[in-house]
Amino acid sequence: MLNIGGLHEGVVIDHIKAGGAMQIYNYLDLEKVDTSVAIIKNAKSSKMGKKDIIKIEAPITVDLDLLAVLDSNITLNFIENDKIVRKAHPNLPDKVTNIIKCKNPRCITSDPCERGLQHTFKLTDPKNRIYRCIYCDQKFKGQL
Amino acid sequence: MRHIISPLDLSVDELNDVLDLAGRIYRDPKRYSKVCDGMKLATLFYEPSTRTRLSFETAMMNLGGNVLGFSSASCSSASKGESVADTIRIVSNYADICAMRHYKEGAPLVAAKYSGIPVINAGDGGHNHPTQTLTDLLTMKELKGSLEGLTIGLCGDLKFGRTVHSLINAMVRYPGTKFVLIAPDELKIPTYLKTETLDVYHVPYKETGNLEEVLPELDVLYMTRVQQERFFNEEDYIRLKDSFILDRAKLNLAKEDMLVLHPLPRINEIATDVDDDPRAVYFKQAKYGVYARMALIMTLLEIPEPQ
Repeated sequence: MLNIGGLHEGVVIDHIKAGGAMQIYNYLDLEKVDTSVAIIKNAKSSKMGKKDIIKIEAPITVDLDLLAVLDSNITLNFIENDKIVRKAHPNLPDKVTNIIKCKNPRCITSDPCERGLQHTFKLTDPKNRIYRCIYCDQKFKGQL
Repeated sequence: MRHIISPLDLSVDELNDVLDLAGRIYRDPKRYSKVCDGMKLATLFYEPSTRTRLSFETAMMNLGGNVLGFSSASCSSASKGESVADTIRIVSNYADICAMRHYKEGAPLVAAKYSGIPVINAGDGGHNHPTQTLTDLLTMKELKGSLEGLTIGLCGDLKFGRTVHSLINAMVRYPGTKFVLIAPDELKIPTYLKTETLDVYHVPYKETGNLEEVLPELDVLYMTRVQQERFFNEEDYIRLKDSFILDRAKLNLAKEDMLVLHPLPRINEIATDVDDDPRAVYFKQAKYGVYARMALIMTLLEIPEPQ
């Protein structure tokens, strides 16, 4: 088993669906983080079989709504002084604004005239985690 | 203040109230001919339209009101880059109610967020067209006597056809509705409409590519045009445009009291030899559209029943 050192202080994003770590990395814009970031892919998991993990060595603020939309099974572990001080499980928000973008070219949000129009999605099917654009009803397809 | 952006913005009770009012107007139009005296409807049409725009304008004039507006984006400030949000804020100063057609899906919802007057979606791209749905429901209710227990065949472009999607969303709420979905494989109804609407409401439906086979079981046949403007690839359009053609011979397979509806414009999908059959009600349907819009305008402007 590959060993990655523990964190003294930071955030561990655990139970990411196997293969999804890079997508989370990109959505959270972790490229801009100036500290160590470890991406562990296909780690063994008793619950999931395989999972991805991201370890960030900094007490960053993570957008729980975004993680909920992408993968609601994720667990966040907040580390201080080598210990987990808090765990968080994202809940599916009823509505998200300017977190994900509508990619339907026929949607009003794609019209360059509509400056400043917010991209808003609503949860239409909680069981299957389906979010739809409030303007065109296009389904968000970026989930892990 | 209410807006009508989606056919589901009206509850079944509210929808029935509007349809009942439309029926009363249809039977006694003179009684309603002055109820909007001094009021103005703005028709903001960013996309060409014949029936819908003229139907809205006729509706407002029949109620004693006036109309103003534009009939294409090139005739409006949109050509200078003005946003829908800004346009509606301006128009709110001029008119009492507005009907908006836009080529972008969701544009009327944007307008509603910034509007000081009721906004009616008169069609937003391939998305919603609630007043067409109201027209379709009024036609079926007036000619069938009820919206309950109908077996409705939807034929043609069920993928891009917004009138079909809206009609399904509206009719699943009436008991006893069954759908027969008649389309080529490439233009089948989107899966989400099946899983998130038909299945949720437990509405029976079947899909077929054979119009003749299912014609005898239908109470209503809703024909649609394969819309060239919704295709990115012209080859696909040419291949699919004549998939289903209803002619006199096929109509002989249908019930004597089946209704043939069509949102129009019709291209080849209904042969002209069907037009004089009493079951062909698509031109009458366009007439009902005026009464449906009159009733909706009165409802949104909260105009009471005249004395």
